Amino acid sequence: MKNIHKSPWLLHYDGSSCNGCDIEVLACTTPVYDVERFGVVNTGNPMHADIFLITGGINSQNEDVVKQIYEQMPGPKVVVAVGTCACTGGIFKECYNIKGGVDTVIPVDIYVPGCAARPESIIDGVVKAVALFQEKHDKKKRKERAAKS
Amino acid sequence: MLNEFGIRVICMALYIVAAPLLGGLLDGLDRKISARMQGRKGPSILQPFYDVAKLTQKQLLSVNRFQLLMVMSYLFFVIMSGVLFFGGFDMLLCFFSLSTAEMFLILASTSTHSPFSTIGTHREMAQMMAYEPMILLTAVGFYLAAGTFQVSDIIEGTTPIILYAPGFFAGFVFVLSIKLRKSPFDLSTTHHAHQEVVKGVTTEMVGVEYALTTVTEWYENIFLFGVIGLFFVTANPLSFIGAIAAVLVVFFLEILIDNTSARVKWQMMLKMAWGVTIVTGGLNLFILELIKR
Repeated sequence: MKNIHKSPWLLHYDGSSCNGCDIEVLACTTPVYDVERFGVVNTGNPMHADIFLITGGINSQNEDVVKQIYEQMPGPKVVVAVGTCACTGGIFKECYNIKGGVDTVIPVDIYVPGCAARPESIIDGVVKAVALFQEKHDKKKRKERAAKS
Repeated sequence: MLNEFGIRVICMALYIVAAPLLGGLLDGLDRKISARMQGRKGPSILQPFYDVAKLTQKQLLSVNRFQLLMVMSYLFFVIMSGVLFFGGFDMLLCFFSLSTAEMFLILASTSTHSPFSTIGTHREMAQMMAYEPMILLTAVGFYLAAGTFQVSDIIEGTTPIILYAPGFFAGFVFVLSIKLRKSPFDLSTTHHAHQEVVKGVTTEMVGVEYALTTVTEWYENIFLFGVIGLFFVTANPLSFIGAIAAVLVVFFLEILIDNTSARVKWQMMLKMAWGVTIVTGGLNLFILELIKR
């Protein structure tokens, strides 16, 4: 089975974040943390992305956008909710326009807590996402092989 | 003893097999050097191969099947230009084949009707408009300097072409940044993480389609670097070392330009490319005409 975990391409979407987590996500690509050394590319295109990073909670305006981006990503794909708002809705949870965390609209695989999430914990979440990405791929291949034989 | 036909076939086969390997390694080296210039550690040199291997494993979520066919045609015609070049055939034919390949890339990106790829396609056509005159003039420059368009005859010369055609060389190196999709001319699509209009012409290319486009770029780059090398190659076998050194210098220069300049608008690109074409190519053409008379 191919080692696809060496090339995880990220797509970062800002839901209704206060930009705290967004800045920490971007900090991961700076010389200090440099996630590109693991082969991570911060792509802007859902069609090229493997890992979907979402910051901020979901409101009625971005609900459809998140669903559409998720559908445009080719499988295998992994969703990572970054920050407390993306995980549960955070301090905005009770707001009239907030639906809650990302898992109210699309299935979330990895939850990264923190307000704002630290670059170290984001990288840790991405590393876990990469392992899951490989696992999903292997599982799919095994299923295909079983179907053939 | 190998006859001429045998050598041609070996060179063509070598290009088909080795160009993607060499192109991928150069791409990896490019990312590494760029990262070091930005004070980062950077990915492994083999990273482009991991990327392509992963892309082939992704679900083919393409809008239509026509796009894959067009991407394959793009790959085929780029390989053909390289094969014709390294087989020692007519230079004009190589460049025409390369332009044909570009048409298939444009068809592939427009076939999806995505607004992002449409903008990318318009920019790609503006890029073609900018670099095509210089590319054709380069072929003319080789003809004026060597008296032939045949690559196999050009490499039999006694003096390197660069001595006759430094202007054509400078112009070609300039448009090479457009061809290699390097900043400041990475308008239609770019290799950098953050980009305008998502990914331009490659926006709608999914999985294996994007993998094929990447491999095609590697083939194309090796062909273009081959043209750079041809400026330095003579009948003397030692000149090949000089040619390789020149290619590496140009490669480094392109990375340096890529990392130190901001993207320009297409109007600016057109003005700059045509300006350089007229000044360097035109002047060199004029002087060569005078000398040869």
